[in-house]
Amino acid sequence: MLPFILKRLGLALLVAFTVSFISFSLLFLSGDPAAALAGETASGEDIEAIRRIYGFDRPMLVQYGDWLFSALRGDFGESYYFKLPVASLIAERLQVTMTLGVCGILFALLTAVPLGVVAAIRPNSLTDRVALFLSVAGQAMPSFWFGLILIVVFAIQLGLLPPSGAATWRHFIMPTIVLGYYAMPAIMRLTRAGMLDVLGSDYIRTARAKGAGETRVLFKHALRNAIIPVVSLAAVQMGFMLGGSIVVESVFALHGAGYLAWESIARNDLPTVQALILVFSMFYIVFTFLADVLNAWLDPRMRSA
Amino acid sequence: MTDATDPLSREIEGPSPRQMLRARALKHKALIFGMTVVLLLVLVALFAPLLAPHDPYAQSLMNRMVKPVFMGGTWEHPLGTDHLGRDYLSRLIYGARVSLLIGAVAALISGVIGTAMGVAAGYFGGKVDAVVTFLINVRLAMPVVLVALAVVAILGGSLTVVICVLGLLLWDRFAVVMRASTLQVRRRDYVAAAQVIGASTPRIVLTEIMPNIFNNLIVVVTLEMAHAILLEAALSFLGLGVQPPTPSWGLMVSEGKNMMLFEPWLVLIPGAVLFVLVLAINLMGDGLRDVTAPEGRS
Amino acid sequence: MSDTILSVKNLTLDIPMGSGTLHAVRGIDFELKRGETLSIVGESGSGKSLTSLAVMGLLGKSITRQADEMRFEDVDLLKANRRVMRSLRGNRMAMIFQEPMTSLNPAYTIGDQLAETLRLHRKVSNAQARARAIELLEKVGITAAESRLNQYPHQLSGGLRQRVMIALALMCEPDLLIADEPTTALDVTIQAQILRLLVDLTREMNMAMILITHDLGVVARVADKVAVMYAGELVETGPSTEVFARPSHPYTRGLLRCIPQPGKTERGAPLGTIPGIVPSLIGEVTGCAFRTRCPHARPECRAPIPERGDASHAFRCIHPDGALSQEGEVA
Repeated sequence: MLPFILKRLGLALLVAFTVSFISFSLLFLSGDPAAALAGETASGEDIEAIRRIYGFDRPMLVQYGDWLFSALRGDFGESYYFKLPVASLIAERLQVTMTLGVCGILFALLTAVPLGVVAAIRPNSLTDRVALFLSVAGQAMPSFWFGLILIVVFAIQLGLLPPSGAATWRHFIMPTIVLGYYAMPAIMRLTRAGMLDVLGSDYIRTARAKGAGETRVLFKHALRNAIIPVVSLAAVQMGFMLGGSIVVESVFALHGAGYLAWESIARNDLPTVQALILVFSMFYIVFTFLADVLNAWLDPRMRSA
Repeated sequence: MTDATDPLSREIEGPSPRQMLRARALKHKALIFGMTVVLLLVLVALFAPLLAPHDPYAQSLMNRMVKPVFMGGTWEHPLGTDHLGRDYLSRLIYGARVSLLIGAVAALISGVIGTAMGVAAGYFGGKVDAVVTFLINVRLAMPVVLVALAVVAILGGSLTVVICVLGLLLWDRFAVVMRASTLQVRRRDYVAAAQVIGASTPRIVLTEIMPNIFNNLIVVVTLEMAHAILLEAALSFLGLGVQPPTPSWGLMVSEGKNMMLFEPWLVLIPGAVLFVLVLAINLMGDGLRDVTAPEGRS
Repeated sequence: MSDTILSVKNLTLDIPMGSGTLHAVRGIDFELKRGETLSIVGESGSGKSLTSLAVMGLLGKSITRQADEMRFEDVDLLKANRRVMRSLRGNRMAMIFQEPMTSLNPAYTIGDQLAETLRLHRKVSNAQARARAIELLEKVGITAAESRLNQYPHQLSGGLRQRVMIALALMCEPDLLIADEPTTALDVTIQAQILRLLVDLTREMNMAMILITHDLGVVARVADKVAVMYAGELVETGPSTEVFARPSHPYTRGLLRCIPQPGKTERGAPLGTIPGIVPSLIGEVTGCAFRTRCPHARPECRAPIPERGDASHAFRCIHPDGALSQEGEVA
């Protein structure tokens, strides 16, 4: 298994390196970051001054090398807007986003997996149809709109939950549901398909021929095998969700990293935006790497390979 | 010996594959529903100038936030007016153009990129495959919403920019699916046969590979179209997509958000239309997959 | 006949399909005594696997089972509820499947899977169950049995996996073993070993066995009794020596002509084939199902066919001697 992990780690590092280059160079798309930073009203001299101060007059590759080495030490420069180190700014905001992400994926797993299992046990039953409907609707639901509807119903009409902010756990209920619902359809479908596939397999017939009861057949023999691909998918979805939290955080005014990204983009705060793209990418890369390792460990066929 | 009138010796006669496909399609209610709704909305978008009761850009400060007809409004503005007094129904109708245009063109761009990559990876394998797989990994690691927002913010939020950014970002699923499909097809005997008789690579790809992965391609096209439409709406909602006063459904939700406390329908209506369109496209995509590859479903 | 451990009378299995009901198995009878081996022979789709799954109570939910009698030892299988069936399966009746490569759970070790069977039916400790597992692995001819316990199925070859499956089936010393094409998926050399093993074990443990196969060569070597199935019906039953010596149904004769026999089949002469295809069993099926392929078919074959022969060697054909005297069978 060790060769697999090392190979996978090498790939992760290579992907991370490439992503870092892309996220850095993206912001040179406009041609002149100094002009963008100075704003529309700045004079030519101001722009020139900014260019020198921030080192934009150097070749792009040099700037990239400089940025990458600082980043590796945990230094992402200073935010143009907040005048604070970007690293500590993001670290502080990440707490909210991580809480939201973990709650979201847990919500998705806790609803999607049981629903998928029940749907697979009784295909075409009422539960199966409800599960299918929920997943089809989930894929089509614009998350910002879903969030606003929840606010209208539960915060405004019923007054049960706070509409925005992150002060208490109750503030996280609606964002969790919206973010989790985003990941649910894929997990539900994969669980259902996996269970259907496994339940039709020869070794399940063997388990029944042994005299094992249905509960034992379903959970010990079937789910154990069907859940393996779901683990990877959940990790991938977690990575997507953190990137997608930007919409949810802006709807619920949760001041997390996604909200920070939105603010920074609107304010042309380049170092913060660059760092955030890199950080969100890193989360995805780390999660998928861990998922692949966990997967290999869960599946004996890969463990010994 | 064999007797043609014997019930046991009857020929097992089946319909042709095309007939079976059509029969399955006609029985698939979700597919029919999806296609009908999409077709309807395409017609609405095409004939927007004929259908819209008002100019979608015409403001009227006298008639701000008129309620829709089902909430006590008048038929003058069936779905009411927005905060600038613009007719909501007319803006919705023109908004269909924005959504469908962005969905179709973005899916086309990403489809061309992703299919080229996927087919190349699947057909040539080896290093080409390794490079494509790597690029897919890189692409998946980039947070789409964030990158799209940043690029749109830098380049300015015009319709063209939004379409190009989405087109350049959403090719991953095309590449993944087309790679897998090509891998499957290229192992078949008829591809080997074409290679043996000395057909050129472009010829094999066009005449042997493409026709056999076309069904899968159509399915991904529909699903990515829905994806692009949702993303455009999200970008516009965040104020970094299509810019006002262009009528975009995402933008309409965003504009209505401030009045949500008193006039929730301003948010509900454009969101619901968006939901129905994306739902219909997804149902169409899922339905096409069921109908063209029935063995893949339970 | 207190020796009889399994008796099935007039078993019918129907599968509802989109275009009508598929009468997969129609009115078959058979009996099995302790220590006896019955071989059910037939082409794929003839209903032989379904018949065995019906005995085990492992049919899919959509399949309806009807019979006048299904009795296993002291248990009426027609009346047994799910709990009773569960207590029988793996315990007093066990089954081996065709596909050793996929019949073991990839997520658990061999030891876990063997021990599970015993612990489902006996109050034993895990250590006792593993000891029994080692004993049985050795019995089925697996060397280094103890170290195999911690291996996963994917680490074993097909032949070894089928041996593990046999060990799994024997964990609780069942009275009846059903082997559904146990050697079909294996290499020819391994096939003979596995078959030998099954025969030895049934003798040693005085176990009854139903061996399902489409390979008449296998039947001749191991079975006491043969039941030939065609399109969901038993067309001929009897002691295997009898049936091989005097095959009475045209289908049985057709089958026998398909296998080369040393001394009988002429060198260089083509082997026999049965022309035609198995009929569709959807909708009402009356008369002899083989008539569409039978060289001796007559208009009367459409009517219900009487059973001929005696209680030990019986067959269903309108011809009193199965048209044995008539020439003109297609080679």
